Amino acid sequence: MAEKTLMKGNEALAEAAIRAGCKCFFGYPITPQTEISAYLSKRMPKVGGVFLQAESEVAAINMVYGCAGSGIRCMTSSSSPGISLKTEGISYIAGSDLPCVIINVQRGGPGLGGIQPSQADYWQVTHALGHGDFHAIVFAPASVQEMVDTVTKAFDLADEYRMPAVILADGLLGQMMEPVTFEDTEIKMSDASNKPWAACGHGNKRKHNIINSLYLKPDQLEDNVRARFERYEEIKAKHTEAISDYCEDADTVVVAYGSTARLAKSAVEAARKEGIKVGIVRPVTLWPYPAKEIAEACKNAKNVLCVEMSMGQMVDDVKIAINCSKPVEFYGRTGGIIPKPAEILAKIREMGGKN
Amino acid sequence: MEYKKINIITGHYGSGKTNISVNMALELAGRGEKVTVVDLDIVNPYFRTADFEALFGEHNIQLTVPTYANSNLDIPALGFDMNGIADREGYIIIDVGGDDEGAKALGRYLPVFKKYDTQMLYVINKCRYLTKEPEEALQLMYDIENASGLKCDGIINNTNLGSETDSNIISDSAEYAKAVCEAANLPLVAVTSQKEYLGDTDNAFPVKIYVKKLWEQFGDEQA
Repeated sequence: MAEKTLMKGNEALAEAAIRAGCKCFFGYPITPQTEISAYLSKRMPKVGGVFLQAESEVAAINMVYGCAGSGIRCMTSSSSPGISLKTEGISYIAGSDLPCVIINVQRGGPGLGGIQPSQADYWQVTHALGHGDFHAIVFAPASVQEMVDTVTKAFDLADEYRMPAVILADGLLGQMMEPVTFEDTEIKMSDASNKPWAACGHGNKRKHNIINSLYLKPDQLEDNVRARFERYEEIKAKHTEAISDYCEDADTVVVAYGSTARLAKSAVEAARKEGIKVGIVRPVTLWPYPAKEIAEACKNAKNVLCVEMSMGQMVDDVKIAINCSKPVEFYGRTGGIIPKPAEILAKIREMGGKN
Repeated sequence: MEYKKINIITGHYGSGKTNISVNMALELAGRGEKVTVVDLDIVNPYFRTADFEALFGEHNIQLTVPTYANSNLDIPALGFDMNGIADREGYIIIDVGGDDEGAKALGRYLPVFKKYDTQMLYVINKCRYLTKEPEEALQLMYDIENASGLKCDGIINNTNLGSETDSNIISDSAEYAKAVCEAANLPLVAVTSQKEYLGDTDNAFPVKIYVKKLWEQFGDEQA
């Protein structure tokens, strides 16, 4: 078993990227994710990779676009306002069927907002990460170790389905320290990392590859988008994930993701000790959204509580998941304020066992 | 632990500087000494001594924080009158930001540090990813010295794996700490951990863990 070390979430994401075979990182600093850039600026040159601080987020994402087109594993990271700047590039990357990993260590918004933790980019990442018909695979890890494990998975799935994958963290996850383990084994790239479509020089030995998101004929564009959406169905079937605890006999089920799920789980466990029948289900992927898993977790519940570090952006997805079959209430804090376990517990007590 | 008038706590990000600073301040206050804690962290957006305002208040410990600490203004602005702070009766503990980047903030106060009896203590943690090897810890110490214009006077072995720390981790770190001290030619002034993990370690300085995650704090309150 590999040795455990103490790492800050941002550093762990960066190290995990290197170990996942990421060879190029393009970024622009922004709190609370700057440690990703700082770490990679030191580590990338040592592994023969490229670290480049671009002149802006827009430049960085377009460098990712070019790099991904050449078939190299690449990544960018930012925090909320920076991700907004990247959305045009992300749409082009999706429209060109290119794989890459994008990390968003969320902070408060809208606008320049604040530097404290937030989950107020849920709508953006799941519904509108750029213009046009497309999705990105979205992971919402809840611990530093899970962030490490997710990075490899994100690169592999991005390659396999030729699409952007996003790791949606927040300032709390990025800044906190936890023990982590990295596998000692050599990096095993998935088969999809072999990319016959890449524009990396044909040397007059094969037909040249074209990376493009512009279609001159509307029916070609429609066919392309439809083909992409067929692939999305496969991802939904194979890679949707959620984890539920204490839900079997629960009268109230809490739905929360990311660091908020950690806070909510401590409140759920405290409520259990008080004899309140409450469970928790945590979406691990936000797209594809674990609607079936949430419905299953909530099947015996009388009511559902959605907890978020936002004004309640996931609430409607929970309602759809359970087909509006029972009341869904919300508790959350926003603007960089973290919902405290005691506040969540108070809400659980209020709802516990209510019809 | 031996205190000087001014005690500067420096080290790698996450080595445990803040938790040590809080413990030192509380120990001194417990002895009836007057203490001022200076949060000199200009690199970390959160998890800093400024978070302990209420705890310090209960123990009559004075706290001086950067003007914009824990606000949304993300600028490294320091408006301290360090001379005025050092003129106060009692001890000063300065919690510095991580690495050489954080230590840069010390430079402008050099005249104050030269005027008063000052020590800079370097905190090491064998479980931190980029300072696991004595050579790495030593290189970072030199980087901090270069950035600050000060020389370290002693080493604190604060090896910890967060909530997974145990007595084996502490005993396993002895050799590492010795190697760093010998190479740096500096004394090991303290081994800091929770009392139950320290055993009969020399220079033991038992600490309580104050820097905690919200769910850990909540678990403690519930217990």
